[in-house]
Amino acid sequence: MAVINHATHTNARWVILVTFIVAFILASHPLPAWAEYYRPQWITLVLIYWCLAIPHRVNIGTAWVVGIFTDVLQGTLLGLHALGLILVALITLRLHRRIRVFPIWQQALSILLLTLLERLVTLWGKGFTTGTAPDDWRYWLPALTSTLLWPWVFIILRDARRSFNVK
Amino acid sequence: MTLDHQKHPVALESRAYLSLLVSPMHWLLNAPVTTAAWVEEQITDRRHLLEENANLKAEQMAMQAQLQKMAALETENRRLRELMDSAFKVADQLLIAELIAVSPDPFSHQIIINKGKKDKIYANQPLLDAYGIVGQIIESDPLTSRALLITDVSHGISVQINRNGVRAVAVGTGSIHELELLHVPDTTDIKVGDLLVTSGLDGRFPAGYPVGQVTEVKHDPGHHFALIKAKPSARLDRIREVLVIWPGDQQQNQPPFLLKKQESDPKQPDPVNLEKNDTLASWR
Repeated sequence: MAVINHATHTNARWVILVTFIVAFILASHPLPAWAEYYRPQWITLVLIYWCLAIPHRVNIGTAWVVGIFTDVLQGTLLGLHALGLILVALITLRLHRRIRVFPIWQQALSILLLTLLERLVTLWGKGFTTGTAPDDWRYWLPALTSTLLWPWVFIILRDARRSFNVK
Repeated sequence: MTLDHQKHPVALESRAYLSLLVSPMHWLLNAPVTTAAWVEEQITDRRHLLEENANLKAEQMAMQAQLQKMAALETENRRLRELMDSAFKVADQLLIAELIAVSPDPFSHQIIINKGKKDKIYANQPLLDAYGIVGQIIESDPLTSRALLITDVSHGISVQINRNGVRAVAVGTGSIHELELLHVPDTTDIKVGDLLVTSGLDGRFPAGYPVGQVTEVKHDPGHHFALIKAKPSARLDRIREVLVIWPGDQQQNQPPFLLKKQESDPKQPDPVNLEKNDTLASWR
């Protein structure tokens, strides 16, 4: 953190904030009942992008805060989404040099694994705490739609990052 | 996580404040709907309004007539109850709340309403719509509250068959159109079409409100119990407004303004007695 130039650092923080707020809105926007099952994990996608792009600024702490907000917004156990997002952030931060240079389809495959991991952690958490975890195969669909949407999310966020000079 | 799971006060408090922080998000999400409703209200023409007004007046007249009958019945009922020496039952008090969000997770049936602690809403409070029981409040922050629907997999409600008084527990199945009755012996007298009403035994839902209608009774020799499915009476998938109830026997939480004013009764029992009789009353 200390290495960063403070002038560019402060003026671009709102870009990250806005992308997360948009992700929160997309994640809780009402959808038709059939489409609910396909809702991509917007928050996870945005978090992964920022972890890949600026790992020195978006880190596990960010993941925790974002996760807690997700929990409050969705009425789940406090810390349930935080745990999943922290794991995703941890792995992304570890591998960010490698994932960054992947071609986009290969990147999407790593996204599939990461989003599946998040779903799995959430499923376990729910099972442990409430004893009633969903046993529907459609529970895993969001990971698939997230993967399919990754190229667009990546391009949009990259353009946003470049045009607002987020470093 | 552990703190929240054990419903520790610290976790509950921080959750309430955090949800106050995210509640603008719900308002924002709901804004298109409210704007559309407002615009529609503004541009409705006069003729239409007059027509609606006349209709409403007629309807209110009919309701008034029914209400008079109700009042007479209620007093009679109370008198009879007194004769039978049973607990005094105060009418339930209601507050209308609007739905502002539905849980984005298709596997959990939760809704958020626009009334909160400010309106004295408390956790475990029952929720109704015009047709039956909707669910219960699970947490309330100052401005909004979150409620669990009766069809959520983690929800159970104690019910009674209206026809013969057989008791059972109705649990959610995760499908918004279906409830399941647990542990009902094969020999129990339950038929398709039977109305399920709340029994009041769970101590949360006041007795006598419709919960659902039995749609399927299956006797499978491979199972210990009958497989009974019911359809919720409340229109869970199309509610816009819900009624929050302050059950008549829980006087400690008075709503700020009431839809149904209870006329003052000279023979109000003291609250201590009420507490004690509470369980008795629900058994009858």
